[in-house]
Amino acid sequence: MANLKTSEKKTKAQSMGLHSEVLTGKTQQKFFNPDEAENFYYFGTYDVDFNKRTEIDVKNMECREANKKIDELMKDGYGTIVIKNPQGKHSLGVGILNKLNLIFEGSLGYFGCGSMDGPIVRINGRVGWSCAENMMAGKVVIEKNAGSCFGAAIRGGDLICKGSVGARTGIDQKGGTIIIGGDAGAFTGFMMQRGRIIILGDVGINLGDSMYDGTIFVGGKIGSFGSDAVEAELTDSDQDWLKRKLKVAEIGENFDVSKMTKVVAGKKLWNYDALEPTEKKGAI
Amino acid sequence: MCGIAGLIHRGNTSKVGFELQGMLQALKHRGEDSTGYALYGKTNGENFIMRFKIGENVAEGSSSVKEDVSVYDERKKIVDSYLSELGAKVIKEDRILPYSLRYEIQYDKDLMEFSQKIESVEGVEILSMGKSLEVIKDLGNAEVVCKRYNLDKVVGTHAIGHARMATESGVDIKSAHPFWGYPFSDVSVVHNGQLTNYWNNRRVLENKGMRFMSECDSELIAVYLAEKMRNGATLEEGMKESLVGLDGVFTYFVATKDSLGMAKDTMAAKPLVLYESDDLVALGSEEIAIRSILPHEIDTYDPFDGEVKVWQI
Repeated sequence: MANLKTSEKKTKAQSMGLHSEVLTGKTQQKFFNPDEAENFYYFGTYDVDFNKRTEIDVKNMECREANKKIDELMKDGYGTIVIKNPQGKHSLGVGILNKLNLIFEGSLGYFGCGSMDGPIVRINGRVGWSCAENMMAGKVVIEKNAGSCFGAAIRGGDLICKGSVGARTGIDQKGGTIIIGGDAGAFTGFMMQRGRIIILGDVGINLGDSMYDGTIFVGGKIGSFGSDAVEAELTDSDQDWLKRKLKVAEIGENFDVSKMTKVVAGKKLWNYDALEPTEKKGAI
Repeated sequence: MCGIAGLIHRGNTSKVGFELQGMLQALKHRGEDSTGYALYGKTNGENFIMRFKIGENVAEGSSSVKEDVSVYDERKKIVDSYLSELGAKVIKEDRILPYSLRYEIQYDKDLMEFSQKIESVEGVEILSMGKSLEVIKDLGNAEVVCKRYNLDKVVGTHAIGHARMATESGVDIKSAHPFWGYPFSDVSVVHNGQLTNYWNNRRVLENKGMRFMSECDSELIAVYLAEKMRNGATLEEGMKESLVGLDGVFTYFVATKDSLGMAKDTMAAKPLVLYESDDLVALGSEEIAIRSILPHEIDTYDPFDGEVKVWQI
């Protein structure tokens, strides 16, 4: 597998704080190039006008019906959609690959806003397990608490919870930023591979267990470190980034980032470049 | 995967049967092999209510063997004679279904001796014994079971329930939750998860004289807590010990005559959403369960790993 190194040559995206590492070696990574953004195209995306606003009441709708309705409204050019009475329903707002302002007036159940790429979402309530799972880009802001597996396997974007979250936040995270205003449960950052997690409150046991890469910043107490998770020096650059990120996220105003703990992978468990037994035979 | 739900009205009573039915029906996608209710009703607190079965429901999907109703009748006769021998006076008797009965009983002696005698009759199991607790469980989803047993009008202070997807044992009433905390009056348990040290614990507890009626791993929790309480632990102390003593993944609820508690394993592997206010606590595997009784916007949260909480009525 790849050999991870810090490169001095930063792309435009990296200078914006989107990445801190460059993969070299056997694995190649293509960084997002803002100049090529207009060439990106998804089947089934629409031109929408953010000033064109509408509301739908999903109280008596099944999740598929509600998601289909959102799709139809985007097709009609609506760029701001308000969802009334979500009432903890599962899988609302999933698979949206469009620019969109999406506002939920209430709480979501499991898998809310999963596999999306692009929308700006505000949830004036709570979310259940696996919110924004596999998110590629965009921003999701949750005003209250969140369940476990928050931001599982996200690849990009900002995921912000102003309250507390359950266990395994950022499990298998591959990019993007997760920001928690309150506390987080056990196994936060479990097996994370890239990206950043910011927790302003306390965090439970086994923080960053088996993390491959990425960075976790904790403002409060840490229950315990997980396997191969170690404390690192909090640099001035980190503090600048944290201040900027929290300001943009509109969370933790006046929070003293200089007292945060930075946690990274110890990389003692890494075995990426070791040859497989069959490969070793071949080499001999 | 199973779904669990519970609610406790503090300082008030409500139609807990109807409320729990709504909560469990909202969780039916988590399993509808069987559904069980533990309802803590409004009673005079003098007599015991014994819910028991003298056979199994052999409906579609059941893993039980069909028996003739005459076998049930014979078992009932033996139970009645044993009650007489034990000095228990039957005040009221309801045969709700051919295999399911509810007796109101006057009895003031040892419950363990009582239960052992009654359950010595083949095919007979006491589902619950309590002065306010009634455990009702059967095959089918919450709506079906509620309708079959007319539970929607039951008034009480608190209740816990379970929607089951059978994974560890058969589709039958004996493996359905809630489990009675034998031999303690008014103790019941529901569980979502899997226990991996079931047999080790079971062997130890059986050697201490505790009884298991099924091979469902969840029954272990009821027996485990009952044994702790038998040795003088409070409910909360027993629950805290269970976080270490029970291995596996679990979220469970336990209820007594005047309290309701929850415990979550140290990995928080099983879901739980909680709503607390001054007059009501509602909890369930998913928020939609709570929404079925509180449709307006509310504040809920997930308890953390290794958390134990107990609420009083």
